[in-house]
Amino acid sequence: MTGWRTLFYKEVLRFWKVAFQTVAAPVLTAVLYLLIFGHVLEDRVKVFDSVGYTSFLIPGLVMMSVLQNAFANSSSSLIQSKVTGNLVFLLVTPLSHRAWFAAYVGASIVRGLVVGAGVLLVAAWFAPLPLAEPAWIVVFAFAGAATMGALGLIAALWAEKFDQIAAFQNFLIMPMTFLSGVFYSVGSLPDFWQRLSHLNPFLYTIDGFRRGFFGVSDVSPWTSLGVVAASLALVSWLALHLLAIGYKIRQ
Amino acid sequence: MPGEAATVMPAAVSFRQVSKTYASVRALDGVGFDIEAGEFFGLLGPNGAGKTTLISILAGLTKASAGTVSVLGHDVTRDYAKARQSLGIVPQELVFDPFFSVRESLVIQSGYFGVRGNGAWIDELLESLGLADKANANMRALSGGMKRRVLVALALVHRPPVIVLDEPTAGVDVELRQTLWQFIARLNRAGHTVLLTTHYLEEAEALCGRIAMLKEGRVVALDRTSALLAGTASTMLRFKTDQPLPAVVAEHARITGRIVQVAAHDPAEVEAILGRLREAHIEVEDLEIGRADLEDVFLEIMHGAPALPRVAA
Repeated sequence: MTGWRTLFYKEVLRFWKVAFQTVAAPVLTAVLYLLIFGHVLEDRVKVFDSVGYTSFLIPGLVMMSVLQNAFANSSSSLIQSKVTGNLVFLLVTPLSHRAWFAAYVGASIVRGLVVGAGVLLVAAWFAPLPLAEPAWIVVFAFAGAATMGALGLIAALWAEKFDQIAAFQNFLIMPMTFLSGVFYSVGSLPDFWQRLSHLNPFLYTIDGFRRGFFGVSDVSPWTSLGVVAASLALVSWLALHLLAIGYKIRQ
Repeated sequence: MPGEAATVMPAAVSFRQVSKTYASVRALDGVGFDIEAGEFFGLLGPNGAGKTTLISILAGLTKASAGTVSVLGHDVTRDYAKARQSLGIVPQELVFDPFFSVRESLVIQSGYFGVRGNGAWIDELLESLGLADKANANMRALSGGMKRRVLVALALVHRPPVIVLDEPTAGVDVELRQTLWQFIARLNRAGHTVLLTTHYLEEAEALCGRIAMLKEGRVVALDRTSALLAGTASTMLRFKTDQPLPAVVAEHARITGRIVQVAAHDPAEVEAILGRLREAHIEVEDLEIGRADLEDVFLEIMHGAPALPRVAA
């Protein structure tokens, strides 16, 4: 076990040791959304022609869980180490900024996918779920989780205390994931809101992911892939740059 | 001998004109000295002198505003991986990762340095530092002293040739101090270079072959411990009194409650001081004349403000 693999292993072990909080709790939350919204809206909302509302809801909830948990993993781990001071154990090692990035983002992907798979497994009991174009499912799940893992790193490098991370999470990540077409098709929105929604990069992650299940989407999956890839490239570059200069971690 | 070692291998640690400025505060101002391989080196100075800043720059936790630092010839910024691989740092703050047990922490820390399969060395560290029965305890469950021991073990887990201890005995009990110094002295005898900062001057006097003293970010003394002790007032006059001292004595004395200590460079000076006390009709008790220790040297250098830095090769 060397270098970045040790850090990756440690980051995975960290969330796994408290899996009740980091895996089971978000799965339960997503399933509650599914039960409540599915029950209330199943017969009232028509989304794609041949897809029931509960089925439509599942991929969105899965992806929302992937995104939120990938962000939570890297951001909470790094801010905890910064605030409590045990980041020093990592700062004195020969690990490069690329190794830090690979390990923190890698563990975020694992947490995102584990939670997403949990939600999917439970939710699949409640409604039929086809797998029309499964390659998109894998591509968007990985790219979405990686983007949020890198964004979590940026947030935790910038933040100096826990409530700044909480603010980032509650006032940016939560609204943007909620308003990205998890609960509705953006095609059903009035024109203004539709155009506004298209500025939200999470929309493309969720729309592309959903495409993998139903073979239909609001936006071309290639357009979504382009937006998601560009977002991933941007946040990865920024996270790597901040790690390389030791932003707020090496004085 | 350090001098001989220098001709065949680079210095264990080399500071070259290191400066550090925080906002408008100059924490370090042109600090430069070498620590040769195999030395037990002491870095002393009052709070705020720049000791921890200097060590943070060495460890890569802080960047120098000017100057260079290298470990066994590896620059700590340009060649940081090799420099850090050669360093084991025991930080001053009592920090820990609450998610892991002692053994897990040590295995993980080894992995960061690319070391695997070092279970025997981890067992030896645990045994030597009196942690064997705590190996599987969570870090949260340990007392402060035990956490301090784990910090030492974490710093040594990759067998670094250069060990840096930043006030490792601050607030720890006598037993740990003895365990720690026996172990560190053993590592030093085995060839490890040790850089120590401490507030306990008797520790530095007992352990360190050479000492650098920092004051306001500058090196004000750098010499062999024996030379520092010999170069200052060789005798100290100590006595107790309840009466106010004559000004001429008081201004050179170190007064702690009833206890008065005055440096004297030779017997004539001792006689002169006693004469002043007699003239002023001061009644003294428990008068004794002793050898100056490192604390006296330290205070003389810190408060005596010598005109020129006392620096020797």
